[in-house]
Amino acid sequence: MEIVQQLVNGISLGSIYALIALGYTMVYGIVKLINFAHGDVFMVGAFIGFYSITVLDIGFFPALLISMVACAIFGVLIERIAYKPLRNATRIAALITAIGVSLFIEYGTIYIRGAQPEAYPSGLVPLKSIELFGVKISGQSILILGTSLVLMVLLQFIVHKTKIGKAMRAVSHDMDAARLMGINVNNTISATFAIGSALAGAAGVIFGMYYTKIEPLMGIIPGLKAFVAAVLGGIGIIPGAMTGGIVLGVIEALVSAAGYSLWRDGVAFVVLILILIFRPAGLFGKNVREKV
Amino acid sequence: MLKINDINVYYGNIHALKGVSLEINQGEIVTLIGANGAGKSTLLKTISGLLKPKNGEILFENEQVAGKVAQSIVKRGISQVPEGRRVFSNMSVEENLELGAYLRKDKKGIKEDFEKVYQLFPRLEERRKQQSGTLSGGEQQMLAMGRALMARPRLLLLDEPSMGLAPLLVKTIFRIIEEINQTGTTILLVEQNANMALSIADRAYVIETGKIVAAGTAAELSQSDQIRAAYLGGH
Repeated sequence: MEIVQQLVNGISLGSIYALIALGYTMVYGIVKLINFAHGDVFMVGAFIGFYSITVLDIGFFPALLISMVACAIFGVLIERIAYKPLRNATRIAALITAIGVSLFIEYGTIYIRGAQPEAYPSGLVPLKSIELFGVKISGQSILILGTSLVLMVLLQFIVHKTKIGKAMRAVSHDMDAARLMGINVNNTISATFAIGSALAGAAGVIFGMYYTKIEPLMGIIPGLKAFVAAVLGGIGIIPGAMTGGIVLGVIEALVSAAGYSLWRDGVAFVVLILILIFRPAGLFGKNVREKV
Repeated sequence: MLKINDINVYYGNIHALKGVSLEINQGEIVTLIGANGAGKSTLLKTISGLLKPKNGEILFENEQVAGKVAQSIVKRGISQVPEGRRVFSNMSVEENLELGAYLRKDKKGIKEDFEKVYQLFPRLEERRKQQSGTLSGGEQQMLAMGRALMARPRLLLLDEPSMGLAPLLVKTIFRIIEEINQTGTTILLVEQNANMALSIADRAYVIETGKIVAAGTAAELSQSDQIRAAYLGGH
């Protein structure tokens, strides 16, 4: 039963990676940029959630919501200030800028509030563990999974059923053709950053709850792992990011369960190397050819 | 309806359109013929607002539209079927058509136009739910045209609708272009297939390396020795 327990942990952790990976993949899909500042938006989300809970004295779900809204605005600001002026520049210029933005957010946060970590308050939500076929599943795991699941379903709905979602898919497929439909490309890109960043903000709050410790550099490793998850699923593909995140979480949990927990962080990058060698388009990626 | 006066368009240092002027009247089919790289697509992109002219005017119904963003051009009633169709191959036929009506809010009108497009292209209705990337080239051309019609344009720009299609299909597409024109949509048709284009057009312009070198009624141009030699296979 130990293995099932680990599997449940892996899926919970993986769903956090998946939430972050979605932002990477959506932004890549639309502007072909690996937004390396995305992990830091996740960190900012964790802090906004923390301050909402401790200073404003509100519960988990309101804090989650505040964090998501604030991160959405933050994401749009990053895009408008740092990336938009480089829309027609080389991709490497935008990539380097993303790394700069990442460092700026990390050390800006340290400058504003110091580098000391904070402890997320526990017992925000009355959590009861449940037992299923002899496996004890913690209330926290259920909360994480449930929240992530709801957000992912909501995202699928937005992307497939709403007008802005269709515009996002159109712009990501062919920007000029989208313009010819009358789609406002700039607004659509902003919306993509807003949604991706909101998901990262949510992931930050959930992560804070799960690991209890948050600090200004906490976004780096989860950010990189979520990037691996996005590549694993096929960068630019939304279901790929979800699957990639969960698969990566499970792999990590299994490695820990096998007694190699020190190797946990390394394994994600082994996965990245393997996927780049054997299936660079990712699990869900395929080479699409255009008909002429 | 559309009046272009002396526009110059550059790609970086390349002078792509050199003082181009042309005019399209309400209800006409006007064709622009020319070889590869003559500037045909550049002109359409400039009209649609994807490129900005350095100078000159583009008047649509007496309003200056040169340099306006694509969105506002579509809103004014100019739609384009781009070269190479450019359908959203990751989406269904229906979703492509919905995107064509992106700026419209009149649900009832959109529904009517769905019916109209499906009437014009029954194949599209059969394949409503199919991913448009799986359509044949001809079907994709139909979809691109249907998608542009969903904006209910008053002026339709068509960029090489015959490209890569079998001769029989080209005939069908041109017949449909005439049908669209008969329902009151003015058409600017860009073509390399000068024979076909001149056969349905009222008037024509010939463009060579960024300059308009000949203009006249379609009948006149198809009689001109020079044009026949250069574009019509010259028998």
